[in-house]
Amino acid sequence: MDGKSPDKDQRRDLHGTSFVAPDGEFEDIVRGNIAWMLAVARRILRDPSMAEDAVQLAFAKIHRKLEGFEGKSRLSTWMHRIVVNEALMMLRKQKRENVHPIDPLLPEFDANGCRVDDPFTVSETSEDQLQSRQVREIMKEKIDELPEPYRIVLVLRDIEEMPTSDVAEALEMSEANVKVRLHRARAALKKLLEPMMRGGAL
Amino acid sequence: MSKSGRTMTRRMHGVLFKFPGMITCNEFEDFILVYLEDELPPAKKRLFELHLKVCKSCRLYLAAYRRTLAATKALQKDYDALEETVPQDLIEAILATKDDKPPR
Ligand SMILES: [Zn+2]
Repeated sequence: MDGKSPDKDQRRDLHGTSFVAPDGEFEDIVRGNIAWMLAVARRILRDPSMAEDAVQLAFAKIHRKLEGFEGKSRLSTWMHRIVVNEALMMLRKQKRENVHPIDPLLPEFDANGCRVDDPFTVSETSEDQLQSRQVREIMKEKIDELPEPYRIVLVLRDIEEMPTSDVAEALEMSEANVKVRLHRARAALKKLLEPMMRGGAL
Repeated sequence: MSKSGRTMTRRMHGVLFKFPGMITCNEFEDFILVYLEDELPPAKKRLFELHLKVCKSCRLYLAAYRRTLAATKALQKDYDALEETVPQDLIEAILATKDDKPPR
């Protein structure tokens, strides 16, 4: 999954925020990329006005460093990293919420190591259904219910699709720890979504 | 399946999963992330897939886990809705500061 960054760029290209030449006008770069950058900052910070601040700081940095941009990575990848870092810096200053333990949301096993949870069948869902506004809103709400140290790993790995090594570096933890947290975050999110999945709404 | 039926299945599984070449649901759980990244070594992958074949609980669990992941990844496209709602004053503020001296 770590080799997935080309997909990420492609995804942005599909949405009209494609690669802009480094010598392009700064204004074009701002207008062409601000929507997805704002979305990234909002996912990390959750607070819309803080997200705007993070994006503003990110563009200030991009403007300063644009001349030195050597095109080793795609411009969008480089900008993605900058906005993530600005948002993470602001997140560290934020008051810690959601520090409740994750254990009640994790799967249970008996003394023999057998799964105890009440199993259920997921219904067929189309990609369109997953993309629906209603499902997205539920998803965002439930992701926000995750304990913060798990939420942030899930956002960076599964939504932002940053490689494990980059997430480990950005959050100053080991790669093994990133993997453990990511798996627990997904398992906990699955638990939170269970009522919707049982009801066939997801 | 009734609750007592499930308890019975679990007891049988408790015995079965101790056989050579078998793993428990708990061990299966620990393999999921690496399995989905297709990075499990072949021997472990065989253990994982055999467990998947014999354990309905884990089959259903993995299906729900995958659905959760797919729904999470669907949020990647969430910013297209933002396209029209980017505050104009934010764009102007960014463009206005670019000519200033670097703040740091
Ligand atoms: Zn199992």
